[in-house]
Amino acid sequence: MYEHDVLIIGGGLAGLRAAVEVTRAGADVAVISKVHPVRSHSNAAQGGINAPLTDRGDDWEGHAYDTIKGSDFLADQDAVEVMSSEAGEAVLELERMGVIFSRGEDGKLGTRAFGGQKVARTFFVGAITGSAILHVLFEQSLKLGLNVYEEWFVTKLIIEDGVCRGVVAIDLKSGEMHTIRAKAVIMAAGGAGRVFEPSTNALICTGDGLSLAYRAGVPLMDMEMIQYHPTTLARTGILMSEAARGEGAYLLNASGERFMEKTAPDYMELASRDVVSRAEQTEIDEGRGIDGNVLLDLRHLGRSFIEAKLGYLQEVSVEFLGIDMAEQPVPVQPGMHYIMGGIKTDVNGATNVPGLYAAGECANVSVHGANRLGANSLLDTVVFGRRSGVHAVEYIKGVGAHSKTEGDLASEKARLQALLDRPKGERVATVRGDMARGMTKGIGVFRDQASMEGALENLNNVKSRMGGFSIENKGKVFNTDLMFGLELEFMVDCADAVVAGALTRKESRGAHFRTDITERDDKNWLKHTLMYQDDEADNGVRVETSDVKITQWEPVKRVY
Amino acid sequence: MPDAKQGTKQETMHVNLKVKRYDPADSGGKTWWQEYEVDIHPDSTVLDALIEVREQNDGTLAMRCACRASICGSCGMKVNGSAKLVCKTRAIDVSPNGEQMTIEPMGNQHVVKDLVVSLDTFFAQIKRVEPFLQPDHVPAQGEYIASNASMENLLTSMNCIMCGCCVSDCTVLEVDSNFIGPAALAKAWRFTEDPRDGKRDERLKMLNDEDGGMWDCTRCMKCVDVCPKGVAPMDRIMELREAAIQAGNTNTPGYHHTESFYNSVKKNGRLDETRLAIDSAGWTNLPRLLDLAPIGIAAMRKGKLPPLFPHKAEDHKKVKDLYESVEGESK
Repeated sequence: MYEHDVLIIGGGLAGLRAAVEVTRAGADVAVISKVHPVRSHSNAAQGGINAPLTDRGDDWEGHAYDTIKGSDFLADQDAVEVMSSEAGEAVLELERMGVIFSRGEDGKLGTRAFGGQKVARTFFVGAITGSAILHVLFEQSLKLGLNVYEEWFVTKLIIEDGVCRGVVAIDLKSGEMHTIRAKAVIMAAGGAGRVFEPSTNALICTGDGLSLAYRAGVPLMDMEMIQYHPTTLARTGILMSEAARGEGAYLLNASGERFMEKTAPDYMELASRDVVSRAEQTEIDEGRGIDGNVLLDLRHLGRSFIEAKLGYLQEVSVEFLGIDMAEQPVPVQPGMHYIMGGIKTDVNGATNVPGLYAAGECANVSVHGANRLGANSLLDTVVFGRRSGVHAVEYIKGVGAHSKTEGDLASEKARLQALLDRPKGERVATVRGDMARGMTKGIGVFRDQASMEGALENLNNVKSRMGGFSIENKGKVFNTDLMFGLELEFMVDCADAVVAGALTRKESRGAHFRTDITERDDKNWLKHTLMYQDDEADNGVRVETSDVKITQWEPVKRVY
Repeated sequence: MPDAKQGTKQETMHVNLKVKRYDPADSGGKTWWQEYEVDIHPDSTVLDALIEVREQNDGTLAMRCACRASICGSCGMKVNGSAKLVCKTRAIDVSPNGEQMTIEPMGNQHVVKDLVVSLDTFFAQIKRVEPFLQPDHVPAQGEYIASNASMENLLTSMNCIMCGCCVSDCTVLEVDSNFIGPAALAKAWRFTEDPRDGKRDERLKMLNDEDGGMWDCTRCMKCVDVCPKGVAPMDRIMELREAAIQAGNTNTPGYHHTESFYNSVKKNGRLDETRLAIDSAGWTNLPRLLDLAPIGIAAMRKGKLPPLFPHKAEDHKKVKDLYESVEGESK
């Protein structure tokens, strides 16, 4: 019998930060994750974490405005105010836990420049900031003796009378299924990058958390807002941090021109990501690229600087493409990287289902709106991870005994057994590949009605095949084959919401750029899209909208 | 846009893999070798080949992988007998002429299934070094003040992604499972070198005194060789030893061994192995000396006992000069 006051799904930055908070409050907490915490995708964040440190003269309103402008005014301004005003303390606390942030001459934390901001307020550890923070939070979890269900895969949230009461999960090592009861559940299960192909995301980023909440009746918000990162390594799709441009790298086309001059004369390479990705794609589409890429040029920064500040990028470039960045520019292209959309929460991480909280990439508070600024994702995880922890602890004070329900375990066992018992059919990878390539094709850097309808048609074809794929591995121990089948079902839910959101939004805003409606339309579309799973609705998705919260910054035209 | 990913090269490479399989469910555990052949892009990694196998040939093959970018540490396994992170190992580098490559689970760790090993061994070692910052004081506000150089120094160890390759191929762990291991010692170094940590002396003493601690490394260099992230755990262990000695931890077999080695070569120009064994054990440490006796007797019977009073090497004066010039430099 497994019972906890608070169960956190996901062991990345948001999950571990929430766990630290709940432990400090004296409640019984456990983390459950399909991978060991240090394998989480937070690792992949390279460039840094933003924070306006007010104790040395930066003002949080400046960071808030840059974030809101970056979001193309789709972020809820009350949420951004919370994030920006709590950012400084959040980052300083990470330092005090042991993160080895880069320093200035005075021994205090040093910064680098990042996209969409004129003030250098990005704190960093080389080009491994996410990994360096994740490992320190893991250290803290060991210090606190945190209980972790490592390599357990959640298949269902237990919802009783509309309240979240725990999860059903499979222990991958034994193959046994269990109920874990909890008075509150915090979803911190990461993004859904693998809904697209290619993507910078780890193979584990399959939208599990988004889908679990969506199936439990929580709306997914602004799912059409997909971030294409401007610099992913040619062929491999591996992320090349924005830190390269933050430290002064150029983007060049085939003729060696810094093409950002045309679209962002003021910010140049450090315009917001959606703007840079579109500029690159335009160069490539109009024949000024090189084999589908543009060039990221760091040569003028010098070898010693590159190795000290951007060592991981040099490592990747040499290992994967055989290119020494000090000698040669690296070919890069836009690549799917992040999903701004996610589980709708308030500023405390609460969803519309009592007892269910969400934080990190799977959540949408919303602070990123239609385009996230680089180095704001790490900030989002620690600020809202902490807040979810605080409020989950408050919430459980009003919850009595644990639920006694057994029904979900039995029905989940039956569902998984039926999946295993299917006759031989298509391979999971085949169906997944068709889904993901169709999503990238239709919901890309540029999109229009026809491309999005193409994505819908492709997705409907994929959905018609979901009953026909089969699981080759019938064993119990470490049956990843079965897990991939379940992940595919999660991804299809996410894809549903992405396509529905995209087809609903009749304007261009941030990452949602329609070549057939190129203007932002604040009169009709200063709104969030809210996708509910609903069998009765077209394509199984009911779409509603809600107003964006504006506090002190009226939307203006976005110019970089 | 997926097509644009292909770049200029379109040809494929034929990869021939021989994978060590293990199924714990099959009547108490069954191990066998299985061969696979796949075609992949010539720039692909060994991981790409294995994913191709798993997705298109054999869904029963179990392995871990996540980021594909050498940062999550999931995909450590043995390739042709040596631990590697397969996501950063290009297939063409392993088998330039299409030779068959063998893939096995990492060593020194319990196999769960196929290429998946239990993480328990690795993390139990990590936990032994109290792997979290233990400061004397916490600033009331703001951050600790520390030099950038001191933080960049720690990057060496913070680059560790806990993939377990060093533990897999550690030759000490192969014979002594009580050794704290290279990864955990490199992690410990991250705290002894951190100017914010307040437990440096306690940590060094613990790692010095503990059974299986810093002196159990035999300096085989295997961990330096296989570490995919440049952590060079053995170098960190040597720095720990130096720091431990400087902090006054000199009453250990490890220190006596080092000291005896140093003195013997300085004096004779060669190693006095008999004396080394006795010095390391300690002249008054009777139980340990008695342990050594049977080894000595067996060696004597085979005529392999080193001379009790070794001759000096012919050019021992040159060796002494070397010592003096090096020591002069370091002063």
